[in-house]
This record gives sequence, structure tokens and C-alpha cells, in this order.
Amino acid sequence: MAEITFRTRNLTKTYISGAVEVHALRGVDFEAEAGEFLVILGPSGSGKSTFLNIVGGLDLPTSGEVWFQDRELSQMGERELTLYRRDHVGFVFQFYNLVPSLTARENVALVTDIARKPMRPEEALEIVGLAPRMDHFPAQLSGGEQQRVAIARAIAKRPEVLLCDEPTGALDSKTGILVLDALLKVNIEIGATTLVITHNVAIQEIAHRVIQFADGRIASTHEIADRKPATAIHW
Amino acid sequence: MRALNRKLLRDLVRMWPQALAIALVMAAGTATLILGVGSHGSLAETRAIYYERNRFADVFADVTRAPNLLAEEIAQIPGVAAVETRVSKIALLDIPGVAEPASAMFVSIPHLREQRLNLLHLRSGRLPIAGDEREVVVSEPFALAHKFEIGSSFEAILNGRKRSFRIVGTALSPEFIYALGPWDLMPDDRRFGIVWMSEPALAGAFDLVGAFSSVHVKLLHDASEQEVIDRLDQMLTRYGGLGAYGRRDQTSHAFLDAELQQLEAMSRVLPPIFLIVAAFLVNMTLSRLISLEREQIGLLKAIGYGSWAIGVHYLQFVSVIALVGAVIGAVVGTWLGVGLTRLYGDFFHFPFLVFRMDPGVYLIAAGVTVAASMLGALKAVRDVVGLPPAVAMTPPAPAQYRRLLPMLYSLLRPPQTFVMASRHLLRWPVRTLSSLLGIALSGAILVGSLWTFGAVEFMIDVTFHRADRQDATINFVRERPESALWNVMNLPGVLRAEPYRSIPVKIRSGNVERRVAITGKPANTDLSRVLDHTFVAVRMPETGVALSSALAKILKVRVGDLVEVELLERDRRRVDLPVTAIIEGYVGLMAYMDIVEANRLLREGSMISGAHIAIDSLRQDELFRVLKETPTASFIALQRVSLQKFRETIAENISIVVTIYVSLAIVIAFGVVYNFARISLSEQGREIASLRVLGFTRAEVSAILLSELAALTLLAQPLGWVLGYSLAALMVWAFESELYRMPLILEPYVYATGSLLVIAAAIISGLVVRRRIDQLDLIEVLKTRE
Repeated sequence: MAEITFRTRNLTKTYISGAVEVHALRGVDFEAEAGEFLVILGPSGSGKSTFLNIVGGLDLPTSGEVWFQDRELSQMGERELTLYRRDHVGFVFQFYNLVPSLTARENVALVTDIARKPMRPEEALEIVGLAPRMDHFPAQLSGGEQQRVAIARAIAKRPEVLLCDEPTGALDSKTGILVLDALLKVNIEIGATTLVITHNVAIQEIAHRVIQFADGRIASTHEIADRKPATAIHW
Repeated sequence: MRALNRKLLRDLVRMWPQALAIALVMAAGTATLILGVGSHGSLAETRAIYYERNRFADVFADVTRAPNLLAEEIAQIPGVAAVETRVSKIALLDIPGVAEPASAMFVSIPHLREQRLNLLHLRSGRLPIAGDEREVVVSEPFALAHKFEIGSSFEAILNGRKRSFRIVGTALSPEFIYALGPWDLMPDDRRFGIVWMSEPALAGAFDLVGAFSSVHVKLLHDASEQEVIDRLDQMLTRYGGLGAYGRRDQTSHAFLDAELQQLEAMSRVLPPIFLIVAAFLVNMTLSRLISLEREQIGLLKAIGYGSWAIGVHYLQFVSVIALVGAVIGAVVGTWLGVGLTRLYGDFFHFPFLVFRMDPGVYLIAAGVTVAASMLGALKAVRDVVGLPPAVAMTPPAPAQYRRLLPMLYSLLRPPQTFVMASRHLLRWPVRTLSSLLGIALSGAILVGSLWTFGAVEFMIDVTFHRADRQDATINFVRERPESALWNVMNLPGVLRAEPYRSIPVKIRSGNVERRVAITGKPANTDLSRVLDHTFVAVRMPETGVALSSALAKILKVRVGDLVEVELLERDRRRVDLPVTAIIEGYVGLMAYMDIVEANRLLREGSMISGAHIAIDSLRQDELFRVLKETPTASFIALQRVSLQKFRETIAENISIVVTIYVSLAIVIAFGVVYNFARISLSEQGREIASLRVLGFTRAEVSAILLSELAALTLLAQPLGWVLGYSLAALMVWAFESELYRMPLILEPYVYATGSLLVIAAAIISGLVVRRRIDQLDLIEVLKTRE
């Protein structure tokens, strides 16, 4: 049996927003194996982003446990969570969040400068197919290219997990497919457990497994028997 | 309340630390102007009213002895409104319990009639009974310094005879606001006072019955001072007149004027610069602050607010900040101004104080800051309002960056955080330069106010340690043969003695004329020395006259030029003398000659006016005891005591004024740096949060922002030094009077202190920003666009 990367038990998250309590997560039990490619679907407010933030070490649960390999994230302090993110997690955001004053290569180097066993920035950009444009600034790149730089930045540290929140949300279909293709490629090449949050149901066909969130809980889980390459889907 | 007004209030509450910091910068600018202009205006007004009420004379003349009848003749001179004649003489005092010899100016009060000029302002007691030989009124500061009360008594040597006096009153006079003993540089109320007594009694003591030794004249409004002086000189010459002079040469008035001029210089140079700096900084800060509101402005436009309404909204926003700043500044400025006026008022012993706070100054101070902030706001609002709402609501497109010197970067491979900081600074050169200038200016106003402490110390060093190194100066009642020096040397405790000869003259070049005393000194002096422009003691030239640089500048002469010297004693000859040296010094207008040459000029044998002495401090009390009984000495100046007095008074007054300015400069420096850091954080908050998500520690992301702040702060320092030096030079220029000059000396520690204060402000601001970074909401970054 493959090694378990993530395990959560009865995970809850409650935000106090003024006088109102918002129950973002209402008891989530979840496991992800090493190297798995998971797509998380669900409407807005279903708790999927909160879930991703907690497994990504950006937030702490109100109750329940969350484990990364043999370490319990829910018991970690601020500093340990920072180190966890630094050493093990790659993030890809909807709006790329690149540093505009750094070129593509330098944006990647930002991470390789502080990682423990990183690949060379050029290598990471090669994987996402951006080697020819690595000396360009974000302002000189298209949205899809910027997102691929973000992916290169996320994978350059050889993370155990790659967490993507709506990675194609701001892109058109054609560019989005290029980005998904890059994600699949790095999933295979570096073996990172990949969690992709999306509204886009079409994307589920490239996953090993699809998790459906609704109302703060996992509503359903199903395996994709017939995985497709990114180029085979469209929306 | 309308929703937009509510937004205004909430925004102010949300940004209160920044709003307060900006308001304080404005307050500091406003306060300096109000305090500087207000205190000078109040003191000048007080003096004017005091002079007016107490009928301070316009022209003064001293004579050896002139008959009282001459007063009538003087009154006939065209332009003369009133004449007062009197007897006035300096005499040594013997005060119980006071070791150092003190002196007093004895001045007669008219017999059986009211004073016409220089009216006494009686502070306690009464005037002496006419003709009483023992009753006197003394100057109030002198009485206070000796804890004299009505009924206290003391002794004095008048015309070689010791007499006893009883105090019946204390008074102030516009004539002796600045009561300076001869050879003293500072008023010392312990050692020099004014004693008023009945005219027949004083005249009797000095064999001047039916005669006067000094005459004061009040002029009509349209009178020509010079014509009256010329007529007076003609009349008084045969009575031993030493030359009439106007208020400009009247000791008390001249020194008071110099002090007020210094105060004015400070109020005319520093505050406008503070105000301009504050206005510039407020403009810059508010403009950046409002640029950050871009999305909100877009939103307001999108839901139907017009550009005008939005403009007004942000103008209201900055006006609230500006008004808070102006009100704080006005209150603090008024409070400090009144305090400073009192401080100087006490120092000058004005009998009353008039506080004159010109409403115009408040309007200017508040107007400049409010206008500057509004312009800053308008500029930013205009930029955003011009955009279509849809564009304004989206974040600005990623800024275009350029790779500068890519070779250098690839060669040195600096950390990416360094690359970020440097590119960010270079990307907006105008903003970077204006921040740089802002920080430099706050450093400059610190340097520009801090330097005065060192300059005063330098002045003290030159005056008391390099030039006039004597412990004391004995001034004889009248000139004595050179052999008197041997008597001085034989006094107990006197280690060394150097003679001097003092000759009152008018010195002239072209149409410029000054009344000065030429001091004759032996060629090789060791105590009272003359310094060249490098502050090295030089040998007195054997011929000609050596002028202080200030006097040479006024007369527009250089070494080798001729000056006309008119003797005010003896045969009143006019002779042309070559200028043979220019001497450095910061106090007064000085002229020196070789003492042999000086006596030759007067066609006299070896005569001396007094002696500078070095004292064995162990035998000082013994010496003072003997001096007090010496009938031939009229006054003894103690250099050490003068220095102490100097530190206590001028130095202290300057310190207080400068401390106020320095404190306000610190407020400005802090406000600027703090706002710079906060706004940079707002501008780059998203970038920084992204890096935190990527696994950068708080310290690492703080380093990016703080390294920008550090780079700017450090780069701004040299510029701040240069600007600060210029500010100091401007002050020296404005400070210069004929009595005092400030040396333009900025010791390295001035720059260091200025920089340290700015850097400290930067560090504190950095720590505040660091705390903000620690509290950044990381998740928010993932959710929102920008």
C-alpha cells in the first residue's frame, strides 16, 4: 500500500465573523496517498478552500486532526508551519501571485534560494515549457505563462505536495489546458501529491480521484477509472 | 449621516496611527513658525512699549565735566525733544559676604524734579530723599542676586573714598536692560549693578557739583540723529566729550538688539524651512496614501458618484488630518512661544511682557500645510478619477520592470530579495527620490538645529581659551603710568600681568563709520592674544592697526588699506592708519594696536588703562580682598565667571530654543519615515503575503521591505548632511550682528547625531511595520485579487 501523505480526522473549522459563527468545515475525514492527483469540486462556500488552507499549513483547524506523513499539522506553531510550507508544499494560486519586480527565472529562484534540495530554476521552467521566456518579467508574459511560472516556482523545491486553488480560474480554455498539462507532468516527474481545487467539472477527468465538497463536508468521493490527458478535455 | 461621510470617519479611525503621524508632522511645521515668529514679535513689541513708556533716550554722550547750564543750549539743537543731564560713574563695591570684587554704575536722579528720560520703573520701595547721601535705589536683578532687601546696606569706593549706602528701593530702567560691565561679555548681576542716588549727593562725591558727566537726548520724530550727534560733539568737545552716539552704540540696546536679531534669525530661517519640509512630506505622503484607494475610487465611480463628489470626499479626508495637525501645531506653538517669551523676558528683566501672537502667522502656518496636503490629495485623486471605473476597480497592471545591468546581476548573483528591493526602488525613481529627499530633509533640519550647540562651544573655546585667556582684567579709573603694572604684579596671587591701553575712537573708511575702542597691547602677549583666521595666536603688528574680520568687513577694507581714525580723547586728531592685520573673533567689533604705537598716537608717554592678569586660584580670595580696597581700580572683569555666566545665559537660552527645534525635527523625521514604511507595506502587502505562503519566514519577508527602508535611509544621510550644512550656513548669515557672529562649525558628531536620530526613527518605524507583517492575513491573499 502506498504511503499516506495527508490524513484528517473529524476536521472542523469555525470562523467567528462578528456575531455570526460560520461553520466552514463540519467534520472532514480524508486521506491522500503519495503521488495521487486529486481534484476537489464544490460550490462556493462548501469549505474546499478552507480545507486546502489547513492542509497547506496556512490555517489551523478549530478541532480535529490533520496529519502530513507522520507529523500532526494541527499541533504545529507558526514557525513550524512556515518551515513545513517552505520544505514540503508548493502553492499555485488563481492569480499567480508572482513578484512583478522579478523575472520568471528570478521568481523561481526566490524559492530555490531558501529550499533544502531544490532543482535549478531553469530546470523547473523547462518542465513547464517556459525555458525560452525565463528572462521575462511577469508584465511581459501572458496569463497562462505567468501561471506556468507559478507552477515552476511551486515545484522547484521538489515538494511532497502541490496545492492548487483554481489554477485555471483566470485563464481561457486553451491556456488552462496547457497549465493542467504542466501540472500532470510535474505530478508524474516529481511524484508530488497534487490537490487541485476547481469549479470546473471538466477538469475531474484528469484526476486519480475526485472529492466533492458540500456544506463543509465531503459529500462524495469517486475514483476516475478512465483518466484522460489534459489535452483530451475541453470546456 | 451620509454613507460617504461615514466612510470618511471609518477610514480615519482605521488609519489613525498614520493619520496622526502626518498630523504631527504638520503640527511640528506649524508650531515652529508660530513659536518662532510669535516669541520674537512679542519680545520686540515688549521692548518697543517699554522704551516708549519709559522714554528711553535716542542719543547719548559722556563728558569729563560740563556745566549744567549747557543743558539749555543742548535743548535748543533742532530736532531735540528732551534733554537729561546727570552724573554717572563706575565704582568698585564692597558687598558683605561676596568674595569677588563687584562694581556698579552710579547714576544720579534729578534733584527736586521728575526724570525726563530713561524713567525708572520702581519695583519696590521708594526713591531716595533728595540730597540724602546714603539712600540709593539699586537695579532689581542686582538686588535679587545679592538677596538685598529694603534696608540692606553695602559699601563702595567713590572717587577714592569708601562710603556706605542703604537701599531704599529697587528699580528697572530701559537703559540697563542688558547691564554689562566693562570688559565683560555677559551681564553678571552679582558683579555688576546699577545704583541710583540723589544728584547733589553723587555730584558731591565726584566733585561734579553744578556739572554733569553724561547727557541723554530724546529726538523729535523727524529729527536727523546724525545732525544732532554732530552738533552735540561740537558743543561737548571742550568739556572732554567722548563723542555722542545713537542707540546703535548704546551697550544695553546693542546687545539686546543682537539677542533679538539672533532670535529673529532662528524664527526667520528654521521655521519656514520646517514648514516647507512638513508641507512637502505631507503632500508626498497623502498622495501615496490616496493612490492606494484606487479600487475604492473606481467603485464609487461605478455606483454613480461623480468625480467632483469623490474629489471632495478625499479633500475632506485630508482636511480633517490637516486641521487636526494645524490645531495641535497652533496650540503647541502658542504654548511654546509664550514659554520662550517668558524665558527671554526674565533674562532681560522686562518689567512686563506683551504677548503678540499675530493671527496672520496662524493663517500662514495652517494655510501652507492645509494647501500642501490638499494639493497632494488632489493630484492622486485626479490620476485615479481620470480612469474608467472598470479599469480603476481592477488592480493596476503589473508594473513594467527592467533588468538593469543583467551581467552584473548574473555575475554577483545577489539574493532575490535584494533584487526585489533594488528594482522596486529603481522602478519609481520619482517616488524613490522624493522619499529620499523627505528623509534627507528631516535629517537636514536635525543637523541644521543641532549644530548650534557645537558652534557655541567653539565660540567659547576661541574667545575664552585661545584669545582672552586671562583670569581677570583690572580696569583703572583713569589711565596710569606703565609703572602701575608693577603694582598689579605685586598684588597677592597675581602670576602674570599684561598691560593694555584703551582708546575710544571713530574709525572710518569711505562713508562707513563705527565707534570702537582701539586696544593697545604689547607685541608679545600671552594672556589676551589676537588670533589670525586659522585661530592661531599671532604677534601684534608693530605699526598700523589690526582689525577684527567683522569690522574689516563692515569698513570694506583689507590688509594694506588705510582707515581714518578719529581720536575721541585728547587732541581729537584724525589720522590715517594702515590696516596691518585681520584678526578673528566672534564677539564685538575689535581694533588693536601695539601699545607703544597706541601711546605714540595719543602723544603720551607709556600709559596704561588696565591690566589682564593670571591668578593663582589658591590665593584668589586674598587678591579679591585687596582689590576691593583698591581705589584706583574701577572695575574688575573675571573671565572665568564671565564664561560661567555665558554658559548659564546665552548658551542656556540657545539650548532651550534649539532643543525645541530639535524635538520638532524629531517628530517630523519620525513621521516621514513611519509613513514611508507603512505606505510601502500597503503597496507591497500582497507580494509579501505571497512570499509568506511560499514558506518565507516573517524575518525574511520583513527583510525585503525593511531593506528598502534601510537603503533609502542610508542613502539619504549624505544628502541630509549637505542640506543641513546649507541650513547652518543660512543661519550663520542671518545670525550675524555687529556684536556676535556664529562660527560655521559643524563637528562630525552633529552629522552623526542627526543621522542616528533619523536611523532610530527608521528602526522604530521598521519595528512597527514588522509587527504589521507578522499580522498579515495570508489566506486573504489567496482569495482576493489584489
